[in-house]
Amino acid sequence: MITTKHYDVIIVGSGAGGGTVAAALVPLVAAGMKVLVLEKGPRFRQEDFTGREREMASALYADSGGFLTADGTMTLAFAEGYGGSTLVYTGTSLIAPERVINHWGVPGLTFGDVQARSRKYMAENNVHLLADELINENNRLFVAGARAAGFHPEQFPLNLRGCRGSSLCNLGCPNLAKQGTHQVQLPAAEQAGVEVVTRARVDQLEERALRVTVTARQSGEKGAEADWPAGSYRLTAGTIVLAGGVLGTIPLLLTSGLRLPAMLGRGFTCHPAHILVAEHPHEITNDVGHPKSYYVDRAEAEGFVLETCMYFPFTTAKNLTGFGPAHSALMRAYPRLQMILVLACDKASDGNTIGMSGGKPVVNYQFSRETIQALVRATRASARIFFGAGALRVHAPSADPTLIEARDAGRVDQLVDVRHFLPGRISVSAAHLMGGCAMGRTPADSVTDGWGRVHGHPWLRVADASLFPDSLEINPYLTVMALADRVAEGVRTDVGGTT
Amino acid sequence: MDRPVGESWQPAALRLALRPLARAFLPEAAAFTEPDWQAMAELVGGTLAGKPPRLLRQLGLFVRIIGLLALLRHRRRLGTIPDHQLRTLLESLERSPLLLIRRGVWGLRTLVFMGYYTRPEAAVAIGYRATAAGWEARR
Repeated sequence: MITTKHYDVIIVGSGAGGGTVAAALVPLVAAGMKVLVLEKGPRFRQEDFTGREREMASALYADSGGFLTADGTMTLAFAEGYGGSTLVYTGTSLIAPERVINHWGVPGLTFGDVQARSRKYMAENNVHLLADELINENNRLFVAGARAAGFHPEQFPLNLRGCRGSSLCNLGCPNLAKQGTHQVQLPAAEQAGVEVVTRARVDQLEERALRVTVTARQSGEKGAEADWPAGSYRLTAGTIVLAGGVLGTIPLLLTSGLRLPAMLGRGFTCHPAHILVAEHPHEITNDVGHPKSYYVDRAEAEGFVLETCMYFPFTTAKNLTGFGPAHSALMRAYPRLQMILVLACDKASDGNTIGMSGGKPVVNYQFSRETIQALVRATRASARIFFGAGALRVHAPSADPTLIEARDAGRVDQLVDVRHFLPGRISVSAAHLMGGCAMGRTPADSVTDGWGRVHGHPWLRVADASLFPDSLEINPYLTVMALADRVAEGVRTDVGGTT
Repeated sequence: MDRPVGESWQPAALRLALRPLARAFLPEAAAFTEPDWQAMAELVGGTLAGKPPRLLRQLGLFVRIIGLLALLRHRRRLGTIPDHQLRTLLESLERSPLLLIRRGVWGLRTLVFMGYYTRPEAAVAIGYRATAAGWEARR
């Protein structure tokens, strides 16, 4: 039996995009309209966040965080649950660079608009700089090393409230300190009357309708029960907002049967990233304290960004290149390890696409020469930072051998080289999935207009990172919120005649 | 000759070769007790349980190719080849000009690492101490 329901607005996804739209549509609810959010994952409870790596990765991430690109050379991480990927980010809150917004060239989308909306959510989500006494040595060494190497380290504004320094951000904060949509926008929206249904998988997008399956919580599974009885639903709506993230929104559009712009699924970017580690002679505080407090922005000059990070045992082991005694020795040096995440600012290209195969989404991604060169430059810069901070040795994936001793610090440029970048051998991962539903002027150059409205389908909007016409070159969640705020404004104007 | 670990998970070729492969990738495995092997088998088998049949077939085929190469290069079967010889073989495959081969080694090592480094015993062994209490637990 299929249950049918009607809403004025249905939002698919509850992360930075969907959660923001939900809260921003509260005025419509106040005016008597019905707004629904559908979330594929469950509502996690505080006791669900155990910090245990395999258990949490399996509960929070699609494919346990190991979603592979079509050629198997990169893993993509994205979360499913009430709050989407805001459950698993580190809360780094940067406003989009003006040059990037200008480069996008989206009609009506100005830097001033993005900045104003971003600031609104920075205030709402308690974004601030972490107090100095809460900065751990992994971050302090990055700052010292970066300065010694001639770089300009900057502190990340973070959206925290009551951070105890568990360092477990990417496994879901056990102290609920990150002010993601699961903590701020969604509860506010629900309190005001927006309905949120979890464990609700959208199977099919139709003209002003969705086919949805709600599944019951299985025994032993994390998270609360589903909000609706398990079963099949057909939901109709005046407006549908897709905010399921790149690998949620684009597959729905591709399988919808709607006549959609040819640009759909094209222009995928993701900031391909390496984890680099260095061994120090003494123990440092690395698995305590906020893991990602500082960064070096070389996006404009050299096409990369360096960020502090500290990952869990298996994630670290997986991301180190190689195996055997050298790998094991580095893992056993864990209390002495400093870690840097290097991200390449890849560019949208025709070949990097989201498609479908056998009913499942497929990400076709090839590392361009420019992306590989950016990762190599970033690795060299990180090695200089590590040695500037006093490291004994540095593990560099695109060096051969991968371990560079301090006595060879002056030869980093020779040892780290593009010829050693072997896709499939080196671990590359990405968590900033962007593009595929680019905003733009016409159906010939984009999928939506500058307000996230899909060309040719005024009832259908997109409100997630798939809107980005090109790489953002910084951590994306705040920009997703800013764009979602615009989308919500467009919906309010269309549906309620109010802005 | 090594005993296979676990009862029934697929691909069988990997189940049968898990011990020598694990010892080649992970020196700690040389000191594994029977419960350690069972724990690794459960974690690896559990991870592979939800994977597409095509991927499992590819993985099984890749393990058989490694076995064949061990036989050709060292005249040893996977169950009897010394750990260092198998490690050298895998290191050569890891640098293969063929992406499929490199990916295969990466996938196998990742499974073995998952079967060890996600265990609480491994966290203790490497000195990983993160807890929800954060700074309070360290001061």
